[in-house]
Order: sequence, then structure tokens, then C-alpha cells
Amino acid sequence: MIDSLLFFMEVLVGGLLSGTMYSLVALGFVLIYKASSTFNFAQGAMVFFAVLAFVGLMEFGIPFVVAFVLTIFVMIGVGLATERLVLRPLMNQSEDTLLMATIGLGFVLEGLAQAVWGVEVRRLDLGIKDSPIPWIADNLKLFISALDLTAGVVAAAMIIGLTLLFKYTKIGLGLRAVADDAGAASSIGIPLKHIMLLVWSAAGVVALVAGMMWGARAGVQFALVDLALKALPVLIIGGFSSIPGAIIGGLIIGATEKVLEVYIGPFFGGAIEGWAPYVLAIFFLLYRPEGLFGEKIIRRV
Amino acid sequence: MKPVFMTYTKGDIINFIVLMVLAFLVIPMTITTGYWYSSILIPWLCLALAAIGQQIVMGYAGQLSLGAAGFMAAGAFACFNLILRVPDLPFFGALIISGLVAAAFGILFGLPSLRVRGIYLMVATLASQFFIIWMIDKFGWFKNYDSSGIITAQNIVIMGKAYTSPIDMYYVIVIVVTALTLLAMNMVRGSAGRNWMAVRDMDIAAESMGVSLLKAKLEAFAISAFYCGVAGALFAFTYLKSLEPVAFDIKLSFKVLFMVILGGLGTINGAFIGAAFILLFPVLLNFLGNNVFHGMIDATIISSIEQIVFGVLMIVFMIYEPLGMAKLWETIKIKVSSKFKKKI
Repeated sequence: MIDSLLFFMEVLVGGLLSGTMYSLVALGFVLIYKASSTFNFAQGAMVFFAVLAFVGLMEFGIPFVVAFVLTIFVMIGVGLATERLVLRPLMNQSEDTLLMATIGLGFVLEGLAQAVWGVEVRRLDLGIKDSPIPWIADNLKLFISALDLTAGVVAAAMIIGLTLLFKYTKIGLGLRAVADDAGAASSIGIPLKHIMLLVWSAAGVVALVAGMMWGARAGVQFALVDLALKALPVLIIGGFSSIPGAIIGGLIIGATEKVLEVYIGPFFGGAIEGWAPYVLAIFFLLYRPEGLFGEKIIRRV
Repeated sequence: MKPVFMTYTKGDIINFIVLMVLAFLVIPMTITTGYWYSSILIPWLCLALAAIGQQIVMGYAGQLSLGAAGFMAAGAFACFNLILRVPDLPFFGALIISGLVAAAFGILFGLPSLRVRGIYLMVATLASQFFIIWMIDKFGWFKNYDSSGIITAQNIVIMGKAYTSPIDMYYVIVIVVTALTLLAMNMVRGSAGRNWMAVRDMDIAAESMGVSLLKAKLEAFAISAFYCGVAGALFAFTYLKSLEPVAFDIKLSFKVLFMVILGGLGTINGAFIGAAFILLFPVLLNFLGNNVFHGMIDATIISSIEQIVFGVLMIVFMIYEPLGMAKLWETIKIKVSSKFKKKI
């Protein structure tokens, strides 16, 4: 009895922690959605692009910190180009049009990353082991991966930081104003261009961090783009415009998919992780389309 | 996006006859190499059919969907099982039932469209994509307990005659595609199509005008999935000649999505133009890589370039011509013909 309970706890904690990895990807989506009501489908590609650039730079023998800073500059460059070449010409277009454009952007980034850095799977060593922490394993009898725990801490730190930024700084106020009504915001003198650049760069940095966590676990490879798709159900559950929603959604998805996989999966031949999050998202959609923390969607004729 | 209503004019009928003569007489008489049929014409027509399906749900009914490949897989495996398990079932009968099976999935996964739209709906349709592929993969019955993972498709047998050569298969496909295209053109012109377009342009307004959203949306999903299902069955039986779930992964869904966006949302022509472009561009790129640069460019680079070009085109079309290549073609035609008229 105690054993099975412990096992359940272990599955649950493992799921919750791997859910924070999804949260990290989802965070990038939320940032951009909050500031521009644009759904950035390219976020997954940005994760791939960022971490591939980072690993690629490291391969030249550039030290970790320098490579990290350089990659941040690369991502700011990507943000700059996106703002200038994609977003500005499409200003005031419908959400669906922007969504299509970001799907295109995603393809460009994926292609670019592969053209520059090649297609082989690369290893990324952050110096954190993806194995149980001995102290917790001995004392609490729970096997928790150090990498998972790190990802959780990083995600929590970023979420607290971003929430503070949005709530208490002038930049955050500007971001919220732009999100509410871009036209009105620019007419009272909020520099729309800078706000967009800032948000896309921030999303790029978030993508880099998410990519590093995923890359350390699964290797830096194209499959990261598909993993990033799993951030979509996270967003649906948490709500597109809520930073805390991204983390709660990630936790729910992570925990549910692991528990379902372990306890129900064997009856269906396993691998239900692939679709369970999406089906869960559909059920959420039917009851609460705006997500747990999202703003109520009001549509007018 | 403005709805374009049209009636059949003399020109349309002449166009149709010209196309039919081309498809049934000129092409079979001029093209004799199997390569053209098996690598270009057959996949083009199959994918164009799937693109028509995507066009109906997305271009006409305005519902974002990313599950085309899932429905194609449902159709393909339904067709395989029908031919395997139901003796004496004619091929066209199997094809229609496969389409209906896919349509049932379409209705099931179209249900969320009643509550949500846009990106939310896209996520819901992703569920269908992953679920259908997983289901086929995990339950051995669908694959007739074949352990190798790749099943050879049966021969197409119609009235006791096996259609196995590329040109025979081409005839089968042309007949199906012609029939379904005509059907689609009439549907989008008729009350169903008008309802879809009303829902697309403003669903709340459409509802208050008396259009049943439930009926219009589910109808669009069902018919779209039907087209995808038939296309998937043809794709597996004539082009791949094998059935494997991997062939219908999310990448194919994206491809079909690109076809309708680049081809032009809300036009049937756009489905054909888009499918031709998405299919031919990689062929052209490979040709250039082999013959102009003599293999100096790495194959992975070529496939990356392909991706970049598709992505850039997507953005460029969204900015400059959201109605896609079909509209571009119309504009060019009008410009050219007006120049001719001035000269006269």
C-alpha cells in the first residue's frame, strides 16, 4: 500500500516537474500574446533555433557564458527582423492572418537553423545530471531528476520575474496598454516598435532557456519543434494571456500525461502521451474556452 | 476575404471541356513515361483532392484545421481493411465508405468548433491528428497484425480488371478527382457553400440571419474529412503503394495547409495550384541541385532551402496577396487581356 502510494507520488512529482518544461515553452507564447494578441506559432521553432545556435557557438570553442550572451543577441536580431519584416507590414490584420504568417516564420527559422548548423543530433551538457538526486532519494524515497528540479526552479524564477515586470514597471504598463488597444496606445505616445521588439526579444531569451533545458534532456534536435507543440494544450488550459496560467497549465498537463501513461496507458499499448494532452485540452475548451486564468473572450458583431 | 459568386458561363463550360480533353486524351497520348504519372501527376491529383478538403473547412467555412493528414490516414486504412475484409466490394464502393469513415472522424473532432475558433480550434484538430495515427499504430487489427510496420497496398481491381500500371491508375484518379471537384464546385456555389462563407465572414451575424452554426460547421468538417479520406486512400493505393501511419504525420498536415494558403483560400482552383507548387518546387530544387550545381550543395541544405522558401512565401503572400496564387493568376489574366483589348 505504502509502496504503491510512494510510486504514485513519484509519478506525480516527475510529471509535475516535466510539466514545468512545457511551461517554459508556453511562457514565450504568452509573452507575445499578452503584448500583441498575436499567437506566435513560431515559438517552437524559436526554441529550436536558439538552442541550436547556442550549441553551435559552443562547438567553436566559445565559452558557455559568452555563447549564451551571443545567442541572446542573435535572438534579439531575430526579434528585430520579425518586427520589421513580418509584424509591421501585417499591423491591424486579423488574428488568423498573423497566425498564418507566424507559421511561415516558424518554417523559415527551422530551415535557417538547419541550413546553418546541420541536422545531426547534438548533445548539450549543462553540468546537471538527468538522474535522481541522491539526498532526496535516500531520505524521502522519491526519485527526482536534478534536471527536472532545475527546470522547475528556473521556470519559477522566470515567471516571478516576468510577472513583476508586467505589473510594476513602466515597460510592463506599456506592454499591457499595447495589448489592450495598439492604436490607442500608440496615439498616447507609447513607442509601438520598441515594445514589439522588446517582447519578441524577451520571447527569444525565454525560448533559449527552454531550449537549453529540453536540449540537455533529449538532445538538441529537430524533434524539439514537435515537443514545443505540446505547449499549445498547456496554453489552452492556462489561458493565452496569463503568465501564472502557463505554469499551472504546464503542471496540469505534465502530471496528467504521466499519471495516465503509467496507470491507463498499458491497457492501450502505451504512448498515449502523444495525444492525451490535446484531448485534455479539448475537454477544457468545452467547459472553459478562455482557460483557467485567461480573460473572458467577448466577441461583437 | 470576399465571397465570389459565379454562375456557369459559356467560358466555364469551354474551360471544362478543354480540361477534360487534356486529362483524358492529350496527356495519355503525349506522356508515355511512367515517371511522370507515378511521381508527378498521381501525387498531384491526390494531394489536390486533400487540399480541396482543407479548402472547404478552412477556405470556405473559415475553421482553422490542422488534421488533414489524420483524416487521410483514416481513409487509407479504412480502404485497406474494407478491401481486405469485405469480399466482392467494388473499389469505388470501398473508396466511398473510406471517405465516410473519415467523415465520421471529421464530425467527432469538428465538435469543438461549435465552441471555439482560431488557434483554439487548431489545437483541437491537432488532437485528431495525433489520436488517429496513434490508434492505427497501436491496434494491430487496423494493420491486419502485420509486424513489419509497412503493409503493401492491394491492387486496385475494378470489374475484374487489375489497374496496376501508372497510366491505368492515373485514369482511376482522374475520374474520382473530376467527379469530386465538380461536386465541390457545386457545393460551394449552393446553399451549403453560402452558409459556410457566411459563417466564415462573421459567425455571430450568420447565426442571427438564421444559418445553423451547428449544421454548417459540422457539415464542413464532415465533407472536408470525406475529401481527405478519399484522397488518403488514393494516395496510399496509387502513390505510396503501401500503408504506414508515419506517412501521414503532422508534416503532411502542414503541407496540405500550405497548399491552400499559397494556392489561395476560398477557391477550388487554388487547391490545384497550391498542390502543384508544393509538390513541384522540391522536385525543381533537387533538379537544380543535381544538374546546375552538380551535387555541390548538400541534400540537407536543399531541404532547408525548401523550408525557408515555403516559409518566406507564406509570409509574403499574407502581406501582399492573402488570396494566394489563384488570385495572382486572375490578376495577371485580367491585365494581359486588357492590354490585348487596348491594342485592338
